[in-house]
Amino acid sequence: MATVLERVTKVIVDRLGVDESEVKPEASFREDLGADSLDVVELVMELEDEFDLEISDEDAEKIGTVGDAVSYIEEKTA
Amino acid sequence: MGKLTGKSAIVTGASRGIGRAIAIALAKEGAKVAVNFAGSEDKAAETVRMIEETGGEAFAVRASVSSQEDVKQLVDETMERFGSIDILVNNAGITKDNLLMRMKEEEWDDVLSTNLKGVFLCTKAVARPMMKKRSGTIVNLASVVGVAGNAGQANYVAAKAGVIGLTKTAAKELATRGIRVNAVAPGFITTDMTDKLPEEVKEAMMSQIPLGKLGDPVNVARAVVFLASDDSAYITGQTLHVDGGMVM
Repeated sequence: MATVLERVTKVIVDRLGVDESEVKPEASFREDLGADSLDVVELVMELEDEFDLEISDEDAEKIGTVGDAVSYIEEKTA
Repeated sequence: MGKLTGKSAIVTGASRGIGRAIAIALAKEGAKVAVNFAGSEDKAAETVRMIEETGGEAFAVRASVSSQEDVKQLVDETMERFGSIDILVNNAGITKDNLLMRMKEEEWDDVLSTNLKGVFLCTKAVARPMMKKRSGTIVNLASVVGVAGNAGQANYVAAKAGVIGLTKTAAKELATRGIRVNAVAPGFITTDMTDKLPEEVKEAMMSQIPLGKLGDPVNVARAVVFLASDDSAYITGQTLHVDGGMVM
């Protein structure tokens, strides 16, 4: 079973077309991974599908880095 | 093969008038249609029957477009029935006319809620499946009065002008995801809504129409089909006037 980080990394690599090595916990989607604001919205949508959960708009706004996404999902799926 | 074969559409406020004509026109081009209504269940069923009689596929679904919860249900139910949403036509609209000086806060709020907030809520809700699919078309019903202004309709005009601005913004935000957003601005079209207008108002409006006659809902529906189909593949953020030349 892949870890949350591995699954999140795969979604990010697929969506943003970045190299896996760039997807570090501290990496910001917008600053480091070249995502625009709509890319972030789409990423959140895909994470919802991947992990079968609903992320509210308020929560989604707080997800800025890879680490934010991973810890949010770990908390919700724990 | 119709222009819209294999596509599925939501038309809000499709129980009668222009919305009904749009639903029928989309179905004629092969689209499956979710016929949304807020109150007139019988009329919506009639629209569905008219579509089915010509071999099309449709179902009626109740939802108030000004309620986020209702809109979510409308979109969920359509996704369940059709598996995708390729076309959204934001047509639902009401009027509560009054002179500015006599307009009640409630009349303002009701019209803005249905005619402007409703467009926002429906657009937001369908943008998700459309973004995933990397394609989709949204057509909003504006009005020439939203461009030119109209005495006695401050609420309606403000909402329709808002729809034009919303159309442009949604077009810019969603363009990179293959979603086009346009508006149609009807002029004086014969429907229940315009039948209610006093005779002298109608005559005054007629005198401003270069083509010299009222429009038919079908005229509007044809423009919507154009903007919903690939015939308009390179057009987004525009407002197409269907008004006999009333406002240029």
